Amino acid sequence: MTDKQAGGDVRLSGISKTYGSFTAVHPLDLTVPQGSFFALLGASGCGKTTTLRMIAGLEEPTTGTVRLGDRDVTALPPHKRPVNTVFQSYALFPHLNIYENIAFGLRRRGIKSVKKQVDDMLELVQLGDFAQRKPHQLSGGQQQRVAVARALINHPQVLLLDEPLGALDLKLRRQMQLELKRIQTEVGITFVHVTHDQEEAMTMADTVAVMNGGRVEQLGAPAELYENPRTTFVANFLGTSNLLEAEVVRNTDGEVVVTVGGGKLRLPAGRCPDATATGGKVLVGIRPEKISLAPAADVDAVPAGRNSVTGRILDSSFIGVSTQYVVESPAGKGLEVYAQNVEHRAGLEPGAEVVLHWNPEHTFGLDAAQAIDAGVETVGETP
Amino acid sequence: MTVTEAPPTSPAPARPPVHRTSVRRRLVPYWLLLPGVLWLVVFFVLPLVYQASTSVQTGSLEQGFEVTWHFATYWDALTEYYPQFLRSLLYAGTATALCLLLGYPLAYLIAFKAGRWRNLLLVLVIAPFFTSFLIRTLAWKTILADGGPVVEVLNTVGVLDVTSWLGMTAGDRVLATPLAVVTGLTYNFLPFMILPLYTSLERIDPRLHEAAGDLYAKPSTTFRKVTFPLSMPGVVSGTLLTFIPASGDYVNAQLLGSTDTRMIGNVIQSQFLRVLDYPTAAALSFILMAVVLITVTVYIRRAGTEDLV
Repeated sequence: MTDKQAGGDVRLSGISKTYGSFTAVHPLDLTVPQGSFFALLGASGCGKTTTLRMIAGLEEPTTGTVRLGDRDVTALPPHKRPVNTVFQSYALFPHLNIYENIAFGLRRRGIKSVKKQVDDMLELVQLGDFAQRKPHQLSGGQQQRVAVARALINHPQVLLLDEPLGALDLKLRRQMQLELKRIQTEVGITFVHVTHDQEEAMTMADTVAVMNGGRVEQLGAPAELYENPRTTFVANFLGTSNLLEAEVVRNTDGEVVVTVGGGKLRLPAGRCPDATATGGKVLVGIRPEKISLAPAADVDAVPAGRNSVTGRILDSSFIGVSTQYVVESPAGKGLEVYAQNVEHRAGLEPGAEVVLHWNPEHTFGLDAAQAIDAGVETVGETP
Repeated sequence: MTVTEAPPTSPAPARPPVHRTSVRRRLVPYWLLLPGVLWLVVFFVLPLVYQASTSVQTGSLEQGFEVTWHFATYWDALTEYYPQFLRSLLYAGTATALCLLLGYPLAYLIAFKAGRWRNLLLVLVIAPFFTSFLIRTLAWKTILADGGPVVEVLNTVGVLDVTSWLGMTAGDRVLATPLAVVTGLTYNFLPFMILPLYTSLERIDPRLHEAAGDLYAKPSTTFRKVTFPLSMPGVVSGTLLTFIPASGDYVNAQLLGSTDTRMIGNVIQSQFLRVLDYPTAAALSFILMAVVLITVTVYIRRAGTEDLV
């Protein structure tokens, strides 16, 4: 199976899509390595679905080319591309039973003996007992699995998934995420997955491309994107970031020192944008779970060499595994801190004066020319 | 014990109203049904019973008719007028097929390709209804007139040779031939085909077309395997709405046809209004009803649309 698909990278070069005066996708270069699980992540309207549909051939690119391996498929209609799609609403054929839905692609290619393959596929998605049912007699999760089976049975070079888990409830989503990941590992086909759920993208994909306004903001492994966001959008859209406006005081010996609200913070020069000279503005970021919280009275107990700022707890919410604090500080308003609930700690109630401290290595710097809250509100939308 | 012996206070007076509202609520569907049922009883069931009794009467207009359970009228009517029955089914069937051939592409276009023109096109489909059925049918008399431009063109192009060979026209005439009657029927019943087709096509999720294309179906295969099967409810209701009234129609045959193109509707009409042989007319009506019912039942069984609707 893998021999047949050798060199099956998806290569998009200079691909773009405009509708009248609206540009859905700006010229884009993207390579999806063969066999990888690739996620296109972004809020609705960011061009991720359009990009996917251009790979499927359902949308004609305004400029650029789509290549599968070394074959240019830009001009091919969908039915001639070795690519299959799992649609957002599944788009199962309501007049055909599950068996015939899954056999559809094979039959269209003139394959006569489909029984063995369909049975194998039904087994893979654990729906053997449902072969004779009609799609509307199945639950959402089962329909979703049929949609995956119907696409996978054709052994496409690339499987495209358009928000396939969007209609499922949270528990089922988690289950299907693992299921899809298992199937992908089992069949070894390239998956391109479109989603607006950052958690889904991070748990499933090997590589995530974060899209915003028709452009790819950043591309990389989930941990890489999370730890080293290069734009405020990525910093805010993937998880939560505390971004502070800072001024550079010194940039020497691979270390940058900045002032924030009167205090000094240090961060590695390698995690800062290139053009940071003394006196320049920079946005300093720190993830909420990297911060430790201590009562102001214990300030002397903070180990030397750590970044620290003082503040006052505005609000705290207990959510089981952790407690989330909102802290007001001269460095910035509404700083978020997530503390693991390992043991109960006194003196961390709303109104308490506290000190926030963290390892300087965990601090990242961003170009101050961007909107500090890019990608913030869209996080609130994701279920 | 003390609990059961507790003096009955408010529950007793409170219960009856609750009971009454629930009765009233249960009666609501029947009240809603009443006007329709009354209408059907007065204008459908009673005439039907009356017709049934007429069909087994004997007598004459002068001496009056009497119920004599003379079922032989049915047999006589059938043996005498079976050519008109067959012709009716043939004409109505041909007209239905033509309506489907003409209507399907149009309904498809309105449902999937018309974009912002959709509503305008739908109005245009219904527009002929703003003019009387008779006037429109009479207009076809002019359109198909001997030596008129339409007939000239059909003659020159050679269409009439083909239809003559098929027995649909005679010589270089169209008027007063089966073709004229079938054309009239097709024209008059076309909207009844287009509207149900449109409704069922419009309900199809366009993503199903994309999915079929994505699964290696050529556009023509997508139509055959996805679009057409999913539009079957529309095809069935469209053909029924066309075939049933067309098989009982007599206006088209009367205005556009000749004595050789008489349909069963013409026979019934003349038996009732001119020959005044009420029993035969009533018997013919019942036979037509039975024939249509049987045809339709067989058709629906064959089409197998139960699990589509």
